[in-house]
Amino acid sequence: MEPLFHAAPFIGYVYPNETIIPWTVLIVVYPYLTGLVAGAFTVSSLYHVFGIERFKPAARFALLTSLCFMIFVPLPLLLHLGRPERAFNSTITPHWTSAMAAFGYAASFYMGLLVLETWFAFRPHFVEQAQKGRGLLARLYGVLTLGSYDLSENAMSHDRKWIFALAAIGIPAAHGLHGYVGFIFGSLKSREWWSSDLMPVVFLFSAIISGVALLIVLFVASCKLRKIPVDLPCLKGMAYTLWGFAMLTIVLEGLEFANIVYKGREGIEMILEYVTGPLVIPFFVIQFGIGAVTPILILSYLIWRGTTGKTLITGVTISALLVLLSVFMMRWNVVIGGQEIAKTGKGLLSYHMLIFHREGLVVAAALMAAPLITLAVAVRLLPPWGENSAPSPSH
Amino acid sequence: MSDSISALKARRAFLGKLGGAAACAGAVAGAGALGVMQEVDAKGAPAAGGGSFPTPDYDWTQHQWGYGIDATKCIGCLRCVEACKKENDVPGDAHHFRTWVERYVYLEGEDSPRIDSHHDPVNIAASGSEREYRFANRYKDAKVEKAFFVPKMCNQCTHPACVQCCPTGATYKTKDGVVLIDHEYCIGCAYCVQACPYGARFFNESKGVSDKCTWCYHRITKGLQPACVEVCPVGARVFGDLKDKQSPISQFIRNNRTRVLKPETGNAPNVYYVGLDKDVV
Repeated sequence: MEPLFHAAPFIGYVYPNETIIPWTVLIVVYPYLTGLVAGAFTVSSLYHVFGIERFKPAARFALLTSLCFMIFVPLPLLLHLGRPERAFNSTITPHWTSAMAAFGYAASFYMGLLVLETWFAFRPHFVEQAQKGRGLLARLYGVLTLGSYDLSENAMSHDRKWIFALAAIGIPAAHGLHGYVGFIFGSLKSREWWSSDLMPVVFLFSAIISGVALLIVLFVASCKLRKIPVDLPCLKGMAYTLWGFAMLTIVLEGLEFANIVYKGREGIEMILEYVTGPLVIPFFVIQFGIGAVTPILILSYLIWRGTTGKTLITGVTISALLVLLSVFMMRWNVVIGGQEIAKTGKGLLSYHMLIFHREGLVVAAALMAAPLITLAVAVRLLPPWGENSAPSPSH
Repeated sequence: MSDSISALKARRAFLGKLGGAAACAGAVAGAGALGVMQEVDAKGAPAAGGGSFPTPDYDWTQHQWGYGIDATKCIGCLRCVEACKKENDVPGDAHHFRTWVERYVYLEGEDSPRIDSHHDPVNIAASGSEREYRFANRYKDAKVEKAFFVPKMCNQCTHPACVQCCPTGATYKTKDGVVLIDHEYCIGCAYCVQACPYGARFFNESKGVSDKCTWCYHRITKGLQPACVEVCPVGARVFGDLKDKQSPISQFIRNNRTRVLKPETGNAPNVYYVGLDKDVV
């Protein structure tokens, strides 16, 4: 029989109860997913709200990506709970002083908003498909129209207004949902590694870059799969967004780290021992060096040289992949890192990820793959491409 | 007042149990101890998990419980840990504790203390089992300059970070000053485990919920002492009602210069310590 718990090895002195690390890789995956949702939504809103035309080819795809990832956001939390069957207790009787209590409401609100915006964005497609074909699929599209078959200019203009409003409300909703994940960590005073006012902001900015990076990768991949040329202005627009926000993110992360070190409060010796020991590779090398500095340098070079064509596509895609890696490592280093530094300030623990376990590697990998698979199916049912892919912004 | 009497009774009962050899204490005292024992047994029979909890007729507005620890008295025998584990059905291994004892040893020529507790592999190896609670005699060949023990447990804080962050309200502060967890309502998110600066909470895997010390709430509401206080052979642990100025805890606080752990967290803990050193974590 599988053991009930796995105690983490430690050095120095840690409180006895700390030897079981409560939050595992699933709690790394959770903020990673919400971040991707918020970031992808940003790209969609850049077109739908801010009317930046170059994002048009990716706008509806971004929306769909956001939706497909959002569907799986609650799952890592649910799998992590000791009593998942009671998950709704926090929604039925929310204890409002808890940073966690609003999750159910915030997530449901945003999920509803995403579904609604997606419905408006794809309504013309539903109508066309329902009227064109016969059989089961056409009937499914018929149901999806919700009986609304009016595609007149008047109706479309009405739809555009709705999309604009939803996308506008979605910006604070998506970013609020994610900034609030940062608050869950940043508001805890028990751990020096987490207890930072900058935490929600750092989470937010890294969320934006991760979502934009994800879209870049998926957008390029989808063009390759559909054997069509990559829309370069759109790609470059996303590259600009990634570049700018990546610079802000690295500054914020640097500031946060500098704050901990400079304040040098109790337990700083242990933190320094940690960052100069077990954290060198995951933090300095992967998160900062490979994942943040390198893509900024690549993007700076590409933009400075005015690179275009295949080199631009390759360079931007590689940068995006590195950013995705960096943000994942950032989540890991925050969630796992915080728990590896003992609350005693006198010891360090080491988390060992299990492979086949409810909270192990296989489940975590499946949770990351599931949104991509869902997206692959979704783009077949709701093709986000094409000339008239996205209704123009209403202004 | 009633509390201090019951505390005294409980202590006497414990001593009585220790020496059924009360004979040597004289006939009168012996008879007295026997009388008390009967009374306590009748009260305390269904200690943990009995059908009598919540205790009928207990008015939680009439009490304000407090706890004192005199670290200068603790001998590190870990009877408190063992009693707690048995009384409260705490998993018997070295990773789940409602109370534990830390050992601080300053060796000659070293700047900072060596700290360990029961979960240290050396201590487990020495006793041969995680369920044998004792400290290994690991410093017998070293030159020890200073050494002491510090019992730890939930501080039942006035502003508990764990209660603040609980998303369901399954953990709550009682009117008499104890922080409890409703194991039937807790969803097992472990946010409270993260929030406690003292490491007092643990995740109870077999129940799927958070767990921690309750100062033996099922006992104290019956006028009994927490199990750890009752078994402490040296009186290092003191418990009572802060509303009763003559209670052991009121006297402990009045007669000593006490301090609490990590006051800077703003949690306002309610376990008062005597004899801590600056290195106590």
